[in-house]
Amino acid sequence: MIAPLFKFGYFNDEISLVVAFVIGIGFGFMLERGGFGSARLLAAQFYFTDMRVFKVMFTAIVTAMTGIFYLAWIGWVDLSLVYFTDTFLIPQALGGLILGIGFVIGGYCPGTSGVAIATGRKDAVVYSIGGMFGIFVFGELYPYMSGFLKSTHLGKINLPELLGVHYGVVVFIVILIAIAGFTVVEWGENLMAKKNKGGRNA
Amino acid sequence: MKIKELFSNLHVHAHEDNVREHEMHPQHYWNPYLVGVGLGLVLLASFVVMGRGLGASGALSTITATAVNTIAPEHTASNPFYEGYLGDGETSPLKDWLIFQVLGLVVGGFISGALAGRNKISVEKGPHISVKGRYIYAFIGGSLMGFAAKMALGCTSGQGLTGGSMLSVGGWAFMLMVFVGGYATAYFVRRQWL
Repeated sequence: MIAPLFKFGYFNDEISLVVAFVIGIGFGFMLERGGFGSARLLAAQFYFTDMRVFKVMFTAIVTAMTGIFYLAWIGWVDLSLVYFTDTFLIPQALGGLILGIGFVIGGYCPGTSGVAIATGRKDAVVYSIGGMFGIFVFGELYPYMSGFLKSTHLGKINLPELLGVHYGVVVFIVILIAIAGFTVVEWGENLMAKKNKGGRNA
Repeated sequence: MKIKELFSNLHVHAHEDNVREHEMHPQHYWNPYLVGVGLGLVLLASFVVMGRGLGASGALSTITATAVNTIAPEHTASNPFYEGYLGDGETSPLKDWLIFQVLGLVVGGFISGALAGRNKISVEKGPHISVKGRYIYAFIGGSLMGFAAKMALGCTSGQGLTGGSMLSVGGWAFMLMVFVGGYATAYFVRRQWL
């Protein structure tokens, strides 16, 4: 096993910051290519007129998920050394709900607002100032909420462990769900396009 | 001057309907499945090289904590949330992996936008809302998002993409609820976008 390279000591902290910058460039480039510097295009997801957010997110998840599973399977990557946060089920579900509300009101998420600022969107600057204000409010309230925030702690747990099935089975199911999802949204987009066209002509 | 030239259009757009149609035209962007594969490979590279995924809100937290610490150091010292972002005090908290990744994100977004002629000073909004109104929505939405991302220990990048592709239980719970929250609220803010 040779990867994750950083965890096996192939390079030091200083180099890791260069790696961070390069990976960031790829991240920002792809988000902009997808149209994610545009709040209207991101918000369109929630009005069923353009399902790009769903398509890009799930294609990315399927790609990275399948890739890391394959590399672990052939013995290149130690999957246990790849970091993701512990699960705190209720705080994360509630956080997701509030974040979704903030998404459609603000038009961005933190990553896409960075791309929007880079491409000149002034509303994204206001959005990010709001983001820092929200983090500040959270920080001030943190001492009062810490009990709740640490509740329903399940540890660093993945779906295969939770369901007690082989990792590959979950990978396969997620791929099937993604394909089904893509089929449905393509069909739905065509339906919406026809409906809008019909409305304009009438 | 070079940077100014890269912005194809420097005057503020009023975003009339024709501008909107033009920008919304999907041919200007790459195919979403192609972008998804590209984004997935960037994420995979991060897993393999660093053993961690992508993030964004963490960088905003570090900046916020640093700002609060600069203004009121006694205040942050008594709060474990801020302390977590400030480190041991020996090295600058801004010398951080996520900060550099987000700097790269801004550069990458700028390069892509410049190559496609999409960089311009403008305000993103629907035709039925004023610029001021849009700013108010942007601030409220940003505040909710910042608060929520801290509650969930990550945003669409950290929990959604990274947690999602590592099959994290919390990441999937988070992501499903993002879509629930978005769709539940969309109707009430439709005047901002449609």
